[in-house]
Amino acid sequence: MAVEVKIPSLLRKLVNGAKIVQANGDTVGKVLEDLEKRHPGFKERILNVDGGLNQFVALYVNDEDIRFMKDLNTNVKDGDVISILPAVAGG
Amino acid sequence: MEATQQARKLTEDQVKRYSRHIILSQIGGKGQKKLLEARVLLVGAGGLGSPTAMYLAAAGVGTLGLVDFDVVDLSNLQRQVLHHTHDIGRPKVTSAAETISDMNPDVRVVQHQVAITSGNAMELMSQYDIIVDGCDNFATRYLVNDACVLSRKPSVYGSIYRFEGMATVFLPGKGCYRCVYPSPPPPGSVPSCQEAGVLGVLPGMIGVIQATETVKLILGIGESLSGRLLVYDALDMEFRKMKLGRNPACPVCGDSPTITSLIDYDQFCGFPGGSH
Repeated sequence: MAVEVKIPSLLRKLVNGAKIVQANGDTVGKVLEDLEKRHPGFKERILNVDGGLNQFVALYVNDEDIRFMKDLNTNVKDGDVISILPAVAGG
Repeated sequence: MEATQQARKLTEDQVKRYSRHIILSQIGGKGQKKLLEARVLLVGAGGLGSPTAMYLAAAGVGTLGLVDFDVVDLSNLQRQVLHHTHDIGRPKVTSAAETISDMNPDVRVVQHQVAITSGNAMELMSQYDIIVDGCDNFATRYLVNDACVLSRKPSVYGSIYRFEGMATVFLPGKGCYRCVYPSPPPPGSVPSCQEAGVLGVLPGMIGVIQATETVKLILGIGESLSGRLLVYDALDMEFRKMKLGRNPACPVCGDSPTITSLIDYDQFCGFPGGSH
């Protein structure tokens, strides 16, 4: 499945400054693996050492939080948009 | 505003001052009185706190508490519009109180020139109806969140980074910050505004969204941002909304909370106790 991944400001240096990256995969986890192949080091900013979602990053498929779906096994379809939202605290 | 004044009619000056509110059928004199009787605590009198405080003051929110231990620095003035050049070196809460009083003498400003901690947060919040989170660091944000949950106060949340911002409303029982981000990132992993830079106008946008949501809560009108996370990108002028919900596994507001008292995260040396 071809999806669009929106990259937050905090992580753009990992993807050569891109705001949006096209990626492939049937699930969120597979999409992240696809990104990792092209941008090594990307996954470790999103996932913790045991491969689960990092506690300070939220991932959405369209507007749904993956933790309320199937986490990294959440299915994605063509045209879906994955948003990565790391915690930020500026004020 | 004293309790006895709350029952009084609006003065002639107030009817003029707030006429543009009173004309709106969703507000009227009744709504304006609700604003005048409301007590809002702003945690942070900086980038986010500035526009929020100014618009809440202009709207006639009767009591504004300001929590900030900091003094005004020259580098603040690019975005912290409550403060002026002559305020450099003065406590932010004092500078803010003066700006607000000039704008609207109806507003009682309570200056809390302290750091909010596990020792004072609950007592501070008990004096207010709504809490506005305009903090600039994770440690305080988590403390404010937990205190709001434990004291069952609504929290109007906003945060910024470089050119992006987020805002939402956490209502008691309907989720909290830890439902989205269960624990803070390691100290130093996310740059501060000082380190990363921030577009000066950015907190203006998010702060006014926070003020808007606060006014809506007080008046009981419109559809609150509760249940949705507004994500803003200033460069693209893009607004997105993500769904938010209460996470049953949330450590502080979930079905089996593990956090039942407030935590003072030490920002510089890591997490306390190893339990979170």
